[in-house]
Amino acid sequence: MKWDEFIITGDPLILGAQISILISGIGAVFVLTYFKKWKWLWDEWITSVDHKKLGIMYILIAILMFFRGGIDALMMRTQLAAPNMTFLDSLHYNEIFTTHGTIMIIFMAMPFLIGLMNVVVPLQIGARDVAFPFLNNLSFWTFVIGMGLFNISFIIGGSPSAGWTSYMPLASNELNPGPGQNYYLLGLQISGIGTLATGVNMMVTIFKMRAKGMKLFMMPMFTWTTLITSMIIVLAFPVLTIALAEMTFDRLFGTHFFNLTNGGMPMLWANLFWIWGHPEVYIVALPAFGIFSEIISTFSKKRLFGYNAMVYSIIAISVLSFLVWVHHFFTMGSGAVVNSFFSITTMAISIPTGVKIFNWLLTMHKGRISFTTPMLWSIAFIPNFVIGGVTGVMLAMAAADYQYHNTYFLVSHFHYVLIAATVFACFAGLIYWYPKMFGHKLNERIGKWFFWIFVAGFNICFFPQYFLGLDGMPRRINVYGVEDGWFALNFISTVGAFIMGLAFIILVYNIYYSFRYSPRETTGDSWDGRTLEWATSSAIPPHYNFAKVPEVTSMDAYWKMKEEGIDPNKIEKYEKIHMPSNTALPFVMGCFMFLVGFGLVFEWFWMGIVGGIGIFACMAFRSFDYNDGYYVSVEEIEETEKRAREAK
Amino acid sequence: MLKNGKSLKWLAFLALSLFLSGCGNMTVLDPKGPVAESQAWLILFSIGFMLLIVLVVFILLTVILVKYRERDDHKGYQPDIEGSHKLEIIWTIIPVIIVIILSVPTIMTIFELEEAPAATSHKEPVVVHATSVNWKWIFSYPEEGIETVNYLNIPTDRPILFKLTSADSMAALWIPQLGGQKYNMAGMETQLYLQADEVGTYAGRNANYTGEGFADQRFDVVALEQGDFDTWVEETQNDAPELTQDEYDKLMVPGSASEMTFSSTHLDWVDHSTDAEYAINAWDRMGYVPLNPHSRAWKSI
Ligand code: HEM
Ligand SMILES: [Cu+2]
Ligand SMILES: [Cu+2]
Repeated sequence: MKWDEFIITGDPLILGAQISILISGIGAVFVLTYFKKWKWLWDEWITSVDHKKLGIMYILIAILMFFRGGIDALMMRTQLAAPNMTFLDSLHYNEIFTTHGTIMIIFMAMPFLIGLMNVVVPLQIGARDVAFPFLNNLSFWTFVIGMGLFNISFIIGGSPSAGWTSYMPLASNELNPGPGQNYYLLGLQISGIGTLATGVNMMVTIFKMRAKGMKLFMMPMFTWTTLITSMIIVLAFPVLTIALAEMTFDRLFGTHFFNLTNGGMPMLWANLFWIWGHPEVYIVALPAFGIFSEIISTFSKKRLFGYNAMVYSIIAISVLSFLVWVHHFFTMGSGAVVNSFFSITTMAISIPTGVKIFNWLLTMHKGRISFTTPMLWSIAFIPNFVIGGVTGVMLAMAAADYQYHNTYFLVSHFHYVLIAATVFACFAGLIYWYPKMFGHKLNERIGKWFFWIFVAGFNICFFPQYFLGLDGMPRRINVYGVEDGWFALNFISTVGAFIMGLAFIILVYNIYYSFRYSPRETTGDSWDGRTLEWATSSAIPPHYNFAKVPEVTSMDAYWKMKEEGIDPNKIEKYEKIHMPSNTALPFVMGCFMFLVGFGLVFEWFWMGIVGGIGIFACMAFRSFDYNDGYYVSVEEIEETEKRAREAK
Repeated sequence: MLKNGKSLKWLAFLALSLFLSGCGNMTVLDPKGPVAESQAWLILFSIGFMLLIVLVVFILLTVILVKYRERDDHKGYQPDIEGSHKLEIIWTIIPVIIVIILSVPTIMTIFELEEAPAATSHKEPVVVHATSVNWKWIFSYPEEGIETVNYLNIPTDRPILFKLTSADSMAALWIPQLGGQKYNMAGMETQLYLQADEVGTYAGRNANYTGEGFADQRFDVVALEQGDFDTWVEETQNDAPELTQDEYDKLMVPGSASEMTFSSTHLDWVDHSTDAEYAINAWDRMGYVPLNPHSRAWKSI
C-alpha cells in the first residue's frame, strides 16, 4: 500500500474537510484541557451506565451525523442543480450518496430514536434503570466505534461507493477494489452488534421492570412501540450480521457467497439485505409513531383514541414488515405469482397504518389542541406522511413499479416517509423531552421558525422529485443532459434542500440560545404531561430516577395521579437504592473493536488479531468482575430530593 | 372567510391543472407502445384513488385543527373518549376495499406483462439478447445473426422479446416510453416483452446503479417500419464487420464505448446467462487489473 492510497489526497473538498476536522479536533482538546473537563468527561459520561446520559450521548452523535449526512445531501443536490454540472465527479458522487444513505439510516435515524428510548422508556415504565446497564454502555460504545470507523473512510482509504444497499457483484473485490467497501461492512457490523444488544436490553427492561400495577395494556404508546421495535431488531439484525459477515469473507478471504465466480449468488445478497432492510425501515418508523402518539395526546389534552387498536396495528405492521421484502426487487423477474403476493402484502401494510392515522385524527377531535412546537411537528407529520404513504401504495403495485423502480419517484417516496415520520419525530421528541434532559425548554418562537422553514424546504425539495421520476429520471445518476428536460424541477429541489440546511442552522442556534436564555424549569412536569416520566424532577432526573417507584393503576398513570391529587414524590420514608457502578470496560473494549475493524479494512490481519485478543481479554476480565453495584444511601436520597423540592 | 375560501379553491384548481398538464408530457405517462400504455393507465388510475385519500385526510385534519384549537370559546372538549369500535371498523374496512380495488388491475397487469401484448401476440416476436457490461449495452439478434453496441433498432407493431443478462454488475434495461424495466443479472436470464407502436427514437438506459460510468450507460432505440427494419438487417448482414472474440473481450473491460455494428454475435462463444465468469476471465486475457480508484496508478490509465 502506498502512502497516498492511505490518506486521500487530490480533492479540494476532502482537503477542506480534513483541515476542518483537524482544527476542530485540536479545538476540542484545547477546550477540555483549558477548562479541566477531562475527568468530568470520563467520570460523568464516558463510563456512565446511567440510561439518561447514554441517551443524551446517542442524540448528540445523531445530530452530528445529521449534519454530516446533510452536508452530503447538499453536495449531491448542488451537483444535480443543473445539467452537465462538474462540481462532483462520478466517483465522488457515488461515494457521497452511499455514505449519505448509510449514515442517515444507521448512524442518524436509529441512534436518535434509540437515544430517546434510552432517556424515556425506563422513566415511562417507572424503572430505576434498564435491565442490563453495563450492556447499555457497551451498546453505546460499539455504536460509536462503528460510526467512527465508517466516518473516517472518506479521509483514510476512501469511502464505500456501492450504495447503501451494496448490491453484489458491484460491491465485490473485482468491481469495487480498495478498502471503501470494507469500511461499510465493518462499520455496520460493529454498530449492528450494539443495536442488537440494545434490542435485547429494551425488551427485557420492558417485560421485567415495569412499575407495580402497570399491565402491558397500560403502557404508554412510546414504550409499546419500543417493545415491538426491539423485537423486530432481535429478529432482523442477525440476518444483517450473517450477510455482512459473508460479504466480508468474500472480500477478505476469497469465499464465494455472492461473487460472480465459482457459483456465488449475487441475488442472495439482495434477498438477505432486504429481509433485514425492510424491517429496518419499521425500526425507524414505529418509535416515531410512538412519539407522535404521546405528543398528540398530551397537547390535545385527551387520552389516545383507540389505544388497543393502535397497539394491534403496530403488531400487525411488525409482522407484515417481514413479509414484503421482495417489493424492493419486483423487477428481478421472480414471476407473476411471487410479485402478486408481495404486491398484496405490501399494500396490506397501509391498512393498519391507515387505522393509526385516523386514530390520531380522532385523538385531536374534541380535544383542546395547543400548538406548541412538538405538537406542530406531530401535526405536520400527518399530511406529509400520508403523501409518502399513498405513493408507497403506488410503488407496491408491481406492474406500475416496473416504471417507478430506481427512479426519483422512489427517492421522493422514501424521503417523504423517512423525514415526515422519523426525522419529524426526532425533532418533536427532542423538543418535547428536552426539559426532562436539560432542565429548560427550547425557545418556542425560534422553534416555530425552525419548523416552518424546514417543512417548507422539505416539500420544495422532495415534491418535484415525484414528477422527475415520472419523467424518467433514474436515481443515483450524477449528471444529466439539457435534452433530458429535468433542469427546472431539479433546480427547485436543490433550492428546497438549502432551505432545509438553513433550518438546521436555526435549530443549532435555538439550542445555544435556549441554553443561555430560556428560563430554568424546576417542576419536572413541563408540558402538563400524562405519563410517568413527568413525575420525576428535572434536569436529568437523579440517577436512581424515582425516589420511590410509583404504583400504577391505569393508563396515563401520571395524569390519573394528578386528577386524584396524588403527589408521587411525597414520600414518608426513603429507603436505600441499589444502583450499578460506572464502568470503563466497554470503552476499552470499543478501542479494541476499532483495532479489529481498522485492521480488517486494510487487511492488516496482525492488527485484527491484536484487537481480537484485547476483546477476549476484556470479556474474561468482565467474567471475573464481581462488582455488582452499590447502594445509594438514604441521606443522599433525602438530600437530592430536598434540593429538587426546594427548587420548585 | 368567503374570500379566503374562494382563493383557496382557485389555488386548488391551479395546482390540479398544473399537475394534469404536467402529466401529459412526462415520459412515463407518454407511452408509445401497449406495455407502457397499460402501465401508464395503472399509474393514472392509482393517482386518482390516492388523491381521494389525501383529500379526505387533509380536509379532516384541517377541520379538526380549526374546530378544536385551544381558544376562549372552546366547545365540545371531551377528554375521556376511549375510542369507537364502530369508527375503527369503518376505517379498517374502507382501506381493505381500496386495497382490493387496486390489487385486481395490478395483478391482471402483472400477469399480462409476462407475455407478448395481446393485440400482436399472433406475430412472431423479434428476439433481442440485451447484455449489460460496465458501462455499455450489447444487443444481439440471434435470428438475424447481427449485433449492435449502444443502440437498438426495432420494428414497430411487433412484440420484442428481450432476453436480459449481464456480464458483470446487475443492471436494469429501461425504455420508459415502451414499458417498465427488468434486471440484467450475470449468470441468469430474465425476459421482458416491449413493443413500439409508432416510428420514432426513444431513450433507453440502465436504471440500476452500476458504478462510475452508470449515468452514461444509455442508448437510443429506433423504431422503424417493418420494411425499413428488414432493409437495415440485410445491410448490416452484408456490410458490417464480423465481431471477433478479441474485440469482444476488449468490450468486457469497464469503460464506455461508442455505437458499433457487427454482422455476427457473441452468442457464438458465450452466453452470459449461463457463464457468469466470462468477463472476469476476459480481463485476464486483456491484462486489465482493477485498482483502488483512489490510487494514482488508476488515474494515469
Ligand atoms: C434532509 C435533507 C435530505 C436531502 C436534501 C437528501 C437528499 C438526497 C439525495 C440527493 C439522495 C441521492 C439520490 C440519488 O442520487 O439517487 C439521497 C439518497 C438517500 N437518502 Fe437522502 N436526503 C435528505 C435526508 C435524508 C434522511 C433524513 C434520510 C434517512 C433517514 C435519507 C436517506 C436516504 C437514503 C437511504 C438514500 C439512498 C442512498 C442510496 O441510493 O444508496 N435522506 N438523499
Ligand atoms: Cu421495503
Ligand atoms: Cu437474478
